[in-house]
Amino acid sequence: MAQWIDACSTDDIEEEDLIRFDHAGRTFAIYHSPDGDFFCTDGLCTHEHVHLEDGLVMEYEIECPKHNATFDYRTGEAMRAPACVNLNTYKTKVEGGRVWIEV
Amino acid sequence: MAKRDYSMLGPDARRAVETGLAAAEWYHTDVPRKEMKALMQRSDGPAIRDTIILFGAMILFAGVGIALWPSWWSAPFWLAYGVLFGSAMDSRWHECGHGTAFKTRHYNDWMYQIASFCMIRNPVTWRWSHTRHHTDTIIVGRDPEIVFMRPPELARIFANFFGIFDTINGVRRMLLNAAGKIHPEEATWIPETEQPKVIRVARIWLAVYLAVIGLALWMGSILPLMVIGLPRLYGAWHHVLTGLMQHGGLAENVIDHRLNSRTVYLNPISRFIYWNMNYHVEHHMFPMVPYHRLPDLHAAIKHDLPAPNRSFLDAYREMWPAIKRQLLNEDYFLKRELPPTAKPYREDFHVEALGQPAE
Ligand code: FES
Repeated sequence: MAQWIDACSTDDIEEEDLIRFDHAGRTFAIYHSPDGDFFCTDGLCTHEHVHLEDGLVMEYEIECPKHNATFDYRTGEAMRAPACVNLNTYKTKVEGGRVWIEV
Repeated sequence: MAKRDYSMLGPDARRAVETGLAAAEWYHTDVPRKEMKALMQRSDGPAIRDTIILFGAMILFAGVGIALWPSWWSAPFWLAYGVLFGSAMDSRWHECGHGTAFKTRHYNDWMYQIASFCMIRNPVTWRWSHTRHHTDTIIVGRDPEIVFMRPPELARIFANFFGIFDTINGVRRMLLNAAGKIHPEEATWIPETEQPKVIRVARIWLAVYLAVIGLALWMGSILPLMVIGLPRLYGAWHHVLTGLMQHGGLAENVIDHRLNSRTVYLNPISRFIYWNMNYHVEHHMFPMVPYHRLPDLHAAIKHDLPAPNRSFLDAYREMWPAIKRQLLNEDYFLKRELPPTAKPYREDFHVEALGQPAE
């Protein structure tokens, strides 16, 4: 059953950036968008499962550090080859300066 | 050591998967996240400037070449045009394929299509082959872009200074794809969903080439082919000259780009044509950094890399004796010294993969 997890502080992620968050044997990427919202996706690229944590956030896209595939991190949509499969996304909420994700 | 099999379907390909060499975790120099983020930032400015210069120069050189045709005085202008068509387009294909040259995605995509056409590289097929080259750089049986196979096929490599085999292969594949077929090797790295695109592009290109050939026949002159098609041959030498240095004489089957790639300092004209891919270790380690920031990336991580070669001449002086030795001893490779400030190579893993390096 889905549950809310306290993932990080809002200050832990710069705007237009991401961090890695590991929980219960799974790995996620949490993003801070340019307009101050937070989003969460699976941490591994759907192409060859490289972690997105070293990737580049440009506006609402994350670019994978290995072969430059891009995803819209709000919807998980694969925007650019070589990724052809979308990322899973997870709900987020901010409470008391903390970012929570529903996994 | 058993003979190497560079095909994507042979025993070396299987072995690379079994031993964990395929899709392995590669070595990266530590760069603080803030610094790396700044280096990765995209902008349109440098690539727009370079593209205006490139197309402006191509129009100028081809225009003068046409005006002076068929006099021999046109030859230097064709040579200059040819290098831009048959070599500068190689690096544009490369950088725009990564999507890093421009900030605006459409600009990368447009330039990628134009450059792919000039180089006769199907833009879909080659996007995927280059992806594999980055996943499994110089891993035998996995990397479809290994130029210096061992033993090196020197005649083939020299012929490619005039684009001979690359063009023959490009045209053959175009005809195969235009007939609605995908080569079995290509099918190992192009996802099925992408394969119809390969065929569509090949058919469009074939139509363009037929139109150019038709025009040449109608005019009774090869002039149209001097503009489209032939420069892939007579202008290829620069991209081969630079491309051979990228990995030539260095290690195979390692997972550290410092062992299998080479950085060379080059003159500004060659760097313009090559779009800074002479910083090749840096590019492989961090393919997200755009070409115009590679000199800065080099400055940030050179303490952790073998000393770069100082020039074309220096690189070829290092490489050529190694290539000659590989004709007789396929296991020979150059292992370059790291500076004392660098993190050492992972000997444990690499000795197992390579046998003892020959120094
Ligand atoms: S692993 Fe992400 S693009 Fe290839």
